[in-house]
Amino acid sequence: MTASLTLVIVAAVLFGTGITVMLERSLTRVLIGFLLVGNGVNLFLFVMAGEPGLAPILGEGDVSELSDPLPQAFVLTAIVINLGITAFMLALIYRSWWLAQLGERGDLIGDEEEIVEDAEETADLYRSSEADDLAVQEVLDASDEDGGRP
Amino acid sequence: MILSLVAFAVVALITPFATRPLGRRVFPVIALVPTVVFAWLLTLVPAVANGEVVVERLEWIPTLDIALSFRLDPLSLLLALVVTGVGGLVLLYCTWYFRDDEPSLDRFAALLLAFSGVMLGLVTADDVYVMFTFWEATSVLSYLLIGHTAGRREARGAALQALTVTTFGGLAMLVGLVVLTVAGGTTSLHELVTQPVTGVAAEVGVALVLVGAISKSALVPFHFWLPAAMAAPTPVSAYLHAAAMVKAGVYLVALLAPGYADLAVWPPIVIGIGAFTMLVGGWRALRQTDLKLLLAYGTVSQLGFMVLVIGQGTRDAALAGTVLLLAHALFKAPLFLTVGIVDHAAGTRDKRKLSGLGRRMPWLAAFATLAAASMAGLPPLLGFVAKEAVFTAQFEGGAEGDAWAWVGLTAVVVGSIFTFAYSARFVWGAFGSRREAEPTPLHREPALMTAVPAVLAVTSLVAAFATSLIEPLLDAYAATLPGPTAYHLALWHGLEPALAISALIIGVGSLLVWQRESVARLQAAVPDAVDAGRGYLRIVSAIDRGAARLTTFIQSGGLPGYLAVIVAVFVLGLGGSAALNGTWPGGIRLADGPAQPFVAVVMVAAASAAVVVRQRLTAVLLVGATGYGMVLLFGVSGAPDLALTQALVETLTIVVVVLVLRRLPRRITVRRAVVRTPVRIALGALAGVVMAVVGVVALGARVQPSVAEGIPALAEEAHAKNLVNALLVDLRAWDTLGEISVLVAVATGVASLIFVSGRQGGAPRLEDVGRRSRLRPVPEQADSIRAARRRLADVEGETDAAAEAAATRQTWLLAGRTLSPRNRSILLEVLVRLLFHPAIVVSVFLLFVGHNAPGGGFAGGLVAGLALVARYLAGGRYELGEAAPVDAGLLLGTGLFVAAGTAASSLLVGLTVFESSWFETEVPVLGTLSIGTSTLFDIGVYLVVVGLVLDILRTLGAEIDRQIDEAGPDAVPADPAEALR
Repeated sequence: MTASLTLVIVAAVLFGTGITVMLERSLTRVLIGFLLVGNGVNLFLFVMAGEPGLAPILGEGDVSELSDPLPQAFVLTAIVINLGITAFMLALIYRSWWLAQLGERGDLIGDEEEIVEDAEETADLYRSSEADDLAVQEVLDASDEDGGRP
Repeated sequence: MILSLVAFAVVALITPFATRPLGRRVFPVIALVPTVVFAWLLTLVPAVANGEVVVERLEWIPTLDIALSFRLDPLSLLLALVVTGVGGLVLLYCTWYFRDDEPSLDRFAALLLAFSGVMLGLVTADDVYVMFTFWEATSVLSYLLIGHTAGRREARGAALQALTVTTFGGLAMLVGLVVLTVAGGTTSLHELVTQPVTGVAAEVGVALVLVGAISKSALVPFHFWLPAAMAAPTPVSAYLHAAAMVKAGVYLVALLAPGYADLAVWPPIVIGIGAFTMLVGGWRALRQTDLKLLLAYGTVSQLGFMVLVIGQGTRDAALAGTVLLLAHALFKAPLFLTVGIVDHAAGTRDKRKLSGLGRRMPWLAAFATLAAASMAGLPPLLGFVAKEAVFTAQFEGGAEGDAWAWVGLTAVVVGSIFTFAYSARFVWGAFGSRREAEPTPLHREPALMTAVPAVLAVTSLVAAFATSLIEPLLDAYAATLPGPTAYHLALWHGLEPALAISALIIGVGSLLVWQRESVARLQAAVPDAVDAGRGYLRIVSAIDRGAARLTTFIQSGGLPGYLAVIVAVFVLGLGGSAALNGTWPGGIRLADGPAQPFVAVVMVAAASAAVVVRQRLTAVLLVGATGYGMVLLFGVSGAPDLALTQALVETLTIVVVVLVLRRLPRRITVRRAVVRTPVRIALGALAGVVMAVVGVVALGARVQPSVAEGIPALAEEAHAKNLVNALLVDLRAWDTLGEISVLVAVATGVASLIFVSGRQGGAPRLEDVGRRSRLRPVPEQADSIRAARRRLADVEGETDAAAEAAATRQTWLLAGRTLSPRNRSILLEVLVRLLFHPAIVVSVFLLFVGHNAPGGGFAGGLVAGLALVARYLAGGRYELGEAAPVDAGLLLGTGLFVAAGTAASSLLVGLTVFESSWFETEVPVLGTLSIGTSTLFDIGVYLVVVGLVLDILRTLGAEIDRQIDEAGPDAVPADPAEALR
């Protein structure tokens, strides 16, 4: 089976541009990237049908001339699910922007500053457990005849 | 057996509730459980000593050969007696140890009782994995009990240390147990010992199991957790960390010894580490000023002692080891309990602060001295009997040429000298009077509290004279090991090497006590050889820091960073394998038909523009252009169903996106990128290229005929002409059921994200306007419009008739009047009014015709959804409520129910799930109508899709409208920093 070069190129461009946009930090851009990638992938699935023929409806013509219906069935459900996921992402964007009152920040995916904050919080946790262990050591040392040498 | 375990579990579960009314008086009640079990076990002793074995078995996971099997052999029975006997007494002791206002006493009582039951399970389980489960459960309960006073740092730290160390050992043990059970082909501990595994599997497996044993029994290098665990309340120390839990390791060594004592890995671990531990523990015990820590280090020493004796692997050593185990439980538990009483009475357990207690607490002093004497190995106590047996066993073993027996004997002699010295130090420290110090002020403790240690200490004395009663049980275990059987337990064996050794120990020990100040100076001069506690601190802190650093390193880029990594892996992995493969397609077509290239150019341009455009709406519209391009491509390539669906979805998507994005600034702010722009573009381009290559290769690699060739026949069987629809609702209906489930989940998720309180219900209805105070009244009602018009008329000379005409606009759409005039479009309202009902008819038509022509549940549902969108756009949120006065959740649920019900209904008539049946009839206008189960299924799909769209509209449309009304149109989100504060 062979592919239509035109369709392959279009699908590749949709996929590539989608990935490029998705890698940005704005959630809105991620959504736009998702839509592009979704279209690109659907087109790829469609290309897998090989050479297109007649609409896959019996009675339209000879059975051997019909398009492969299987990729079409896949793509059809994928299209509808894309709609659902899009709505879900929009709800996420809206929620973090307005309901969580994060404003611009709500549209942004975490950056390095937050990661540094996270790392500090983690380090604090570790420090706390280390302090617990040191307290144990202190109790043990206190009982030693000469107060526990360093 | 199982019954008694169930009793422990049940009583432990109700203990917290009983503690609230009873307070500390709950302890004597729950102490009954172990005591009754103890009494029952006692009655079994004669039979078990005679070689009878009590076995109980409940199948649990037969496929893995795991059963709840329990086995009371002599060794298990000995341990079970110790566990329940000491357990009952310690629980009783708690009655006086705690006060009613002790925090979380209910939890403590339940945990201690549960521990007792779990420990009983551990020593009686015969199934390896059941035993391991109990083993780990004791670790967890020990963690909770040590951390009883969770407010203290050292308690938390100690609890975590104990848990970390023992579960580390437990993991090693689990691996070892798996190795042994796989090699041995059985999960029965008994069978694993009587038919030992051999070879490398045995060496590795046993070594790993022993790591678990020495971690649990606090042997070097894991010993440090036991002194730390003294942060626990004293009853816990007496029970878990002297009598019961730490004996689990000793038990395991004793259990394995008959089968595995001759392995090469055995003596270095068991005897080598045991001997070293005995010395290290004794040495450190001699330096402690805290009496409880003195006992803790003493316990470490004694545990090493027990392991090394029992591990020697001869009959005499096994007999000596088991009597030592019993003796240890009988003297160490009362000593701990004594410290508890001293601590309570004097408010300290530091020997430097205690003075003159012996004179004022003579009974306690007497019993404690008795127990300490047993620990030191003085006659006529059980400790002495045990040590005599140990010396004889090791002496004989050494005489027979067992070099490890000499190692053991040397360690035992030196260790016993330390033991004698620290026993004296304990008694002197607790009850002696210091000339320079005033007597420590005391407050009285209940006399009964002393009874518990008294019972145990006196048993040490009595048992020494009643060895003939104890020996049969111990011997029944010891006889499973090789060696002469002539030796018997007794206080007096005549003038033997063992007696000489005892004399030597007592003599040198007394010297150490007499010269204790010189000894202390000597100890101070010798540097610590091992300080595993500090080593642990260093390891744990290094792991913590390493983990933090690794986390920061890996999670450096945020989501875009991870995505970049994923894409990079995709490019390298898939691209690499695509480049290396040999099946390139035979040929390639440039395009199918003349339309494709034109559409393609537009789509490529739109997609590329979407990358650079910074306006949100423009970008969305550009993406929409690619979507409509897809519609055209599908349309010219023999996919009318796809074209129809894509067109509907694309329209819906644009509407929905705009509904949300209206609340966001038009331009997307450019922030410092996590993935730099050139990298992004390069990754995207590479991903596209790889995708293209993979697609071409995949298509070229197909050698088998497509499954598509069989589909027409199947579809005919399914009474369908539209192959895509037949696939969706019949041939691959399972997939579709999964997909509509996703839609239901997504719709519920969307509603949950936006509705702050409760997401049930449909869109708001007109009557809500007046009724619900929560909903802010719509700004301008029809009345006020008229008023406004009239004012305008006054100014501009417009007639009242014109104002009246303006007001009647409301009749086109029900809720049009709820909109402010500047938001209304009469043209739109008229169009929607005219088109809504035909659109619904079309949607139903598409639904039913879908089986034979383009259409189906998805397309039909989307058309109906778009009709609703139109109503909402023209008439606002109340219009939506009037157009679809149903709960969106109800639609979704009904749809899913219909679809799944159709699938399952086939079962009722004896068919498999999703097997279809039909009802065919001639209907005027529509022609042949074939109503099958697949049609019903499609109706379910239709309802789910309508429900999804309605949910999206009432959420992202109506609810956001309402929130805008509440906040005011020009509201801005609060300062993010402020919101976070």
